[in-house]
Amino acid sequence: MEHKLLTEHYNKDNYKSLEGYKQCGGYETLKLALNKQPKELVEMVKASGLRGRGGAGFPTGVKWSFLPDNNEPRYLLCNADEGEPGTFKDRMMMEKAPHQLIEGMIISAFAIQSHKSYIYIRGEYTDSISIIEQALKEAYKQGYLGKNILNSGFDHEMDIYVGAGAYICGEETGMISSLEGKKGQPKLKPPYPAVKGYLEKPTVVNNVETLAAVVPIVRDGAEKYKAIGTERSAGTKIFSVSGNVVKPGNYEVPLGYPLMDMINKLCGGLPPGRKLKACIPGGSSAPVLTAEECEKACLDYENLMDLGSMLGSGAIIVIDDSNSMVDILSVIMHFYHHESCGQCTPCREGTGWLDQIVKNILHGKGRLQDLDLIQNISQHMMGKTICALSDAAALPAISFVTKFKNEFIDYIQQNKISSDNLNQVV
Amino acid sequence: MFKLSPEGIEFVKKEMVRYETKLSAVIPCLYRVQDENEGWISPECVAYLSRLMDLGESEIYEVLTFYTMFNQKPVKPLHVQVCCNVSCAMQGSRKILEELKKQNNSNVTLSAVECLGSCDTAPVLQINREPYMEKVSLEQITKTLQERTSS
Repeated sequence: MEHKLLTEHYNKDNYKSLEGYKQCGGYETLKLALNKQPKELVEMVKASGLRGRGGAGFPTGVKWSFLPDNNEPRYLLCNADEGEPGTFKDRMMMEKAPHQLIEGMIISAFAIQSHKSYIYIRGEYTDSISIIEQALKEAYKQGYLGKNILNSGFDHEMDIYVGAGAYICGEETGMISSLEGKKGQPKLKPPYPAVKGYLEKPTVVNNVETLAAVVPIVRDGAEKYKAIGTERSAGTKIFSVSGNVVKPGNYEVPLGYPLMDMINKLCGGLPPGRKLKACIPGGSSAPVLTAEECEKACLDYENLMDLGSMLGSGAIIVIDDSNSMVDILSVIMHFYHHESCGQCTPCREGTGWLDQIVKNILHGKGRLQDLDLIQNISQHMMGKTICALSDAAALPAISFVTKFKNEFIDYIQQNKISSDNLNQVV
Repeated sequence: MFKLSPEGIEFVKKEMVRYETKLSAVIPCLYRVQDENEGWISPECVAYLSRLMDLGESEIYEVLTFYTMFNQKPVKPLHVQVCCNVSCAMQGSRKILEELKKQNNSNVTLSAVECLGSCDTAPVLQINREPYMEKVSLEQITKTLQERTSS
């Protein structure tokens, strides 16, 4: 069953306008929040069990509480640089419910006492950019942003920053570098952004969906939110389902929802006559699951971790038996090679080698020892770099060649070349 | 000599004070320059922008060369960017790109790009910085390109 806490009004045409949003109770929660103590709100979000919806799954309230307890200026950054392959939930949120995000951001900014925030949107999302721009104008006009918001004495300025095509800017410190006008290269942590972030000032970076989820938490109370989902994975999550399903799209379900129910009940199953072969449960960085593992999988942080994968951004890519796993891994490796920012050697070189080796196998030029080489290179890429992109390339590589080893061996021994493959022209 | 329009210069001046630092204005200003220079940013454009913003050319090159949406080579009027990441590749986007290459349309630059974030409507492509074309077929994009290049 879907549980629409954030996506309830997506199908209403005028919901993206401020008037339409208000008709559905919009900005009422902000009034409620401005009458509370900021610290009370932080505690509320902590108690709700909300975890970051961008990929890392770090508890949101805990992240907020890392900010220094002083009057130093601090920034709130909304991460709308949605780039994890397979993910399209934040774009939908910005296009269908921009005010929900903005209200969540104002409440969050009040909770952490920030007077300036930016929504960092990826440059390709031209529709999202114009819709959010329009929504911000409306919000300013009606006094939800600017000086003395709703006579509360709280001031907050919100602006947009448009990226220019770099996956790595979705990493929070990469985003900070980019916003500072530099190359979007991640920074070494610690110090964490909460202590030294944008322009070396305390900064909180949260994903679009995370910030929007603050609205129902403050509106309905932490207990009610925590009651949804599983004990350690509270609330609902929007999953972007694509690949070989009859009805791809965004589906909001309570965390802990079975993966097979998502595929069969909500997404209409696989195309007729096809068989499930594999599934990527959390964006291309998440290790792939075999069909057998999919049967056991539930969509929450712990269950997927127990299966050796991760919930990530909630991007489910369903793969049926008509696909070549070597081909798919090749696409994924090309992606990480292309997107590595180049500052750490294990990542810059490792992603390049993985890309090249998998391409060789795909084109019938592979050797059996290449499978060990992929494992070996991957092992040397994990935990050795400034950010997690290197791990994000190594993990799927290991999972594909381990779980679908026979398919890779077929390509090597029979010199099988996928007729579908057009990678060489890319 | 490249020069921004009066509106373009006005835009740059505004962006330079819009963010907390002047450097943050480089991305939006590069977009503007690209729009006014037929879709790409030449060394001449960089020299011009560096004077206008009073920044070192290296500071502008740092940004220009890092981000894929800035073109450092001339592009044709229609820059067709086909998503070739997993979900789109599974729906045949690479085949569409390959066929488009064969058409050799002199008004079109073709690029394979990474995930555009519209995987439920794969295959997806973007012309210049316009709204996406979703669930696109070879016939459809061929027709669109023919119509737009003949007009």
